[in-house]
Amino acid sequence: MIHIEKLTKCFGQMKALDCLDLSIKKGQVTAILGPNGAGKTTLIKSILGLVKPDQGIIKVKGEKVNGNCNYREDIGYMPQLVRYPENLSVNEILDMIKDLRGRPNDIDLELQEQFSLDKELKKPFRHLSGGNKQKMSAVLAFMFYPEIMFLDEPTAGLDPISSSILKDKIQKEKVRHTTTILTSHIMSEVQELADRIIYLIDGKIHFDSTVKSLMGETNEPTLERAIASLIKGIAA
Amino acid sequence: MMILKILKYQLRDAMRSKWIILHTLFFFLITDSLFRFTGEGDQVITSMMNVVLLVIPLFSIVLGVMYLYNSREYIELLLCQPVKRDHLFWGLYGGISIPMVLSFTLGVIIPFIMHNGLAWQPLQLAIMLIVTGVLLTVVFVAIACFLALTFEDKITGLGIALAICLFFTVIYDGLILLFIYGLADYPLQQPVIIISMLNPIDLGRIILLLNIDVSALMGFTGAVFQRFFGSALGQLTSISAMLMWVAIPCWLGRRAFLKKDF
Repeated sequence: MIHIEKLTKCFGQMKALDCLDLSIKKGQVTAILGPNGAGKTTLIKSILGLVKPDQGIIKVKGEKVNGNCNYREDIGYMPQLVRYPENLSVNEILDMIKDLRGRPNDIDLELQEQFSLDKELKKPFRHLSGGNKQKMSAVLAFMFYPEIMFLDEPTAGLDPISSSILKDKIQKEKVRHTTTILTSHIMSEVQELADRIIYLIDGKIHFDSTVKSLMGETNEPTLERAIASLIKGIAA
Repeated sequence: MMILKILKYQLRDAMRSKWIILHTLFFFLITDSLFRFTGEGDQVITSMMNVVLLVIPLFSIVLGVMYLYNSREYIELLLCQPVKRDHLFWGLYGGISIPMVLSFTLGVIIPFIMHNGLAWQPLQLAIMLIVTGVLLTVVFVAIACFLALTFEDKITGLGIALAICLFFTVIYDGLILLFIYGLADYPLQQPVIIISMLNPIDLGRIILLLNIDVSALMGFTGAVFQRFFGSALGQLTSISAMLMWVAIPCWLGRRAFLKKDF
């Protein structure tokens, strides 16, 4: 589904991504983990075409990502930070995205109903609380039945109920064979959702393994412990 | 098509923006009070000329730069949709300049109609005032786009924007004066004409002054300008120079936008 070869991106002196190779299969939930500044967001943004890589090839569904934009029709993205035009209402922003995608009817409103955002729809965007902004961003990301889904710390800032609604939705999407790529610092969440874990440090893949084999190898009770002992093991 | 879709929502956002409303109010109040105090269309236009030349560049560049820096996440959202960067750039540029142009035009025209200014005023002057204001707006929004898309840091971008504004409104004229004074023994007509073209605000002033016919007040260079710019060729040249001032920053801004990392 996604194929990356020798991807390199520098910001000034800092190498955000360093000759990274990666392949992601259809229908898998992949978690990209790593310390702050390891290049997780840069990797996601490179695939989305927001960041222009210095070197390397990115292919989405067999097609090279190089300035074209049509492949994004099949992609949903929930960014870390959300801020939309202040004076537009939630409804207008939803309409705008529908309009730009050219698909006003064929949409998935399940999340919007479950989050009970109906009260918020007429409010200007600037009056929304942080959590509600985040929810709206999730609604937008899931709205067009994407084949590939990018979630950048999706549950940060959500209350427990909304957070579980969102996680259920991610699980449900898996049945539809959506390829999901997520970043998170909450390991219990990763353990619950992910099939595969990619651990980045300084723009390189430190390890790449399935959740099951990771837990099996390290014999730790939780994913958090497993990763911690693995990192310690490699360092020592 | 895509550009129009983006524009539609940009305009809706801008029409409710407090800055755009303040911009309209500002021009409305100034024009209105000038009518109340001087009472004559002629003088109103002459005073408005100075307001337009000083205020429009400043407002356009500052509002443009601030808007773009504050819209970063919004631009990201749009870039994740199947939208070409090229189309998004023109959508954003239009989405900033069109509301600014409309708000300036409305702010000036409404008091004119209210005070029956059109009755005793040669219409051409009022039109030239608005045309100059509109041109200056699109020029400085284009410069703002270039700056905001080239410099990553908000404070740097805003600082350079203010410096450019100050340079074109104040420092540039001083430099020209120094130049003329220092080289007074040489024939300077042509160099001075060329130098003036390199400053969009000077160009705006020239376009306006020639229509008001007070270029005699500009002394020696005024006469030169009158001779050169007074002709049809001169008018055409000055307007084209102004359009170059739109085209070049737009081109640079678009180039930066196509390459930019978000």
